[in-house]
Amino acid sequence: MAEMQIKPITMNFGPQHPAAHGVLRLVLEMDGEVIERADPHIGLLHRGTEKLIEHKTYLQALPYFDRLDYVSPMNQEHAWALAVEKALGIEVPRRAQYIRVLYCEIGRILNHLLNLTTFAIDVGAMTPLLWGFEEREHLMGFYERACGARLHAAYFRPGGVHQDLPDDLLRDISNWVKTFPSFIDDMETLLTENRIFKQRTVDIGIIGEEDALSLGITGPCLRASGVAWDLRKTQPYDAYEEMDFDIPIGKTGDCFARYLVRIEEMRQSLRIIDQAIMGMPSGPVMTNDHKVTPPKRGEMKQSMEALIHHFKLYTEGFHVPEGASYTAVEAPKGEFGVFLVADGTNKPYRCKIRAPGFYFMAAVDHLSRGHMLADSVAIIGSLDVVFGEIDR
Amino acid sequence: MTETEMMKDMSDEQTGQSPLEAMAEHIRDSGAVMVLACDVVQGEIEVRVNASDVSSALALFRDDRQAAFTQLIDLTAVDYPDRKHRFDMIYQVLSMQNNMRLRLVAAVGEGQAVPSATGVFMSANWAEREVWDMFGIFFSGHPDLRRLLTDYGFEGHPLRKDFPLTGHVEVRYDDTQRRVINEPVHLVQELRDFDFLSPWEGMHSEFDGAYNTQDPDKSAK
Repeated sequence: MAEMQIKPITMNFGPQHPAAHGVLRLVLEMDGEVIERADPHIGLLHRGTEKLIEHKTYLQALPYFDRLDYVSPMNQEHAWALAVEKALGIEVPRRAQYIRVLYCEIGRILNHLLNLTTFAIDVGAMTPLLWGFEEREHLMGFYERACGARLHAAYFRPGGVHQDLPDDLLRDISNWVKTFPSFIDDMETLLTENRIFKQRTVDIGIIGEEDALSLGITGPCLRASGVAWDLRKTQPYDAYEEMDFDIPIGKTGDCFARYLVRIEEMRQSLRIIDQAIMGMPSGPVMTNDHKVTPPKRGEMKQSMEALIHHFKLYTEGFHVPEGASYTAVEAPKGEFGVFLVADGTNKPYRCKIRAPGFYFMAAVDHLSRGHMLADSVAIIGSLDVVFGEIDR
Repeated sequence: MTETEMMKDMSDEQTGQSPLEAMAEHIRDSGAVMVLACDVVQGEIEVRVNASDVSSALALFRDDRQAAFTQLIDLTAVDYPDRKHRFDMIYQVLSMQNNMRLRLVAAVGEGQAVPSATGVFMSANWAEREVWDMFGIFFSGHPDLRRLLTDYGFEGHPLRKDFPLTGHVEVRYDDTQRRVINEPVHLVQELRDFDFLSPWEGMHSEFDGAYNTQDPDKSAK
């Protein structure tokens, strides 16, 4: 019998698929059930954020950052606020710094809860999702009480945060912090030693240290590969320097290590939240430089100058001096950076958003080669991708 | 404490030179031929090279034991339509060993090809595809230079300054043809882009004009 040449089969995955975590079209070249090449087609959620920002004032550009990674909105705003503050050279009051740290860590738990539980459902465990989303509701309740919105917060502003926290909110967060560790324990009993979960994740999608650096992998995925690098520790911003917390490091760099790192990061975030609440200073939550931040409404009724400031800020906006700078924060997914080129006017000349998920998605081809089709789902789930930030 | 202040804290007492300046000097020495300029601006190192040297400069900074810029964090372009060399290619690299960032800048003219950095950093692959898509800068030696973010069959490069915010085409589902079609943008009301810029006020520069958005070709003359 003559030898037969078997051609690889090209398979289409998405653009609408529950395991794609958004609108991802994956074109897979398969040799039987083994992936030979994965070609992700992204951009289905491209909204031209960077172009739009060039046409908006610095304050109007801020809400776009909520809409990038819509799972942890305030962490993105933080990068923008820090970038503008750096260019303007303004100091943020201590209370505002603490509130930002508090809400960034809440955002981190929001993100990890969504990622871990949807990852679990991708590999066949349903219950964590149902439990996890209940906890997310509590956290989004805290978001809502601070700024009035569950998701698109627009709460962190250049110069501080928009408004002070309402009474009792800190007490309620603190009560929630006491209950959450037992939730993590419960969730771990479902997954960490679960045979099916381990069979699907251990030794799947291994990223070596060198590859991780070359691929531009950051955040928990980089730490799961054994690189001790966290911007909250190495290049601390706002009040992170005063916080006492540990950075979990993985050993194997596979999907399971990424899961374990995120579980431990949630516990560490609780420690930071606790410290932020305990050490919360009193005082203003915005700088009182009214060339940048709006005056209080009460003041506007009395002072002509305050009224002028308010009018100028919400029409013309503030001017940012000419220059270019790169500012990065440790968002839950990895390094989220803003490269801002200012030309001295009230609008950014160019704003490049460095989204961690973009580089994760680019790594999918490298990671899934030689794996089975079902493993590609585990790999995408463990990388933690959200298309809002990948497509921008 | 900001990143800048931290760097100052770590500064070498004996020489009175901050680690950033020491690194800038090291880069000037080691990459003498390629490096056109190397300055510390606002606590960030900025290196200017010729577009043709980009990938070799990245490899040099990565492999240098002392510099060890081992991660290409981001890669992008900025469009200045009035300049002789229209684009600035921007590379952000990170050295975990020194806890330092470096920005590599190269001026690129329209139609000029830039050597691809994919051979040096794998992360350059998609980032360069994005720049090709958004700005139309060609990368020579790129293994797979296709459009990345825009629609299949899209024309133009959206992040160029002469590309209108509204775009040129819009899509809709056509019932008779039973498919999604592209047609020229039709605006019921003209796009309102208010210019609130006040002519009689401006803030002084925090950057002391060290980085300027002016044309380097003109200021050199």
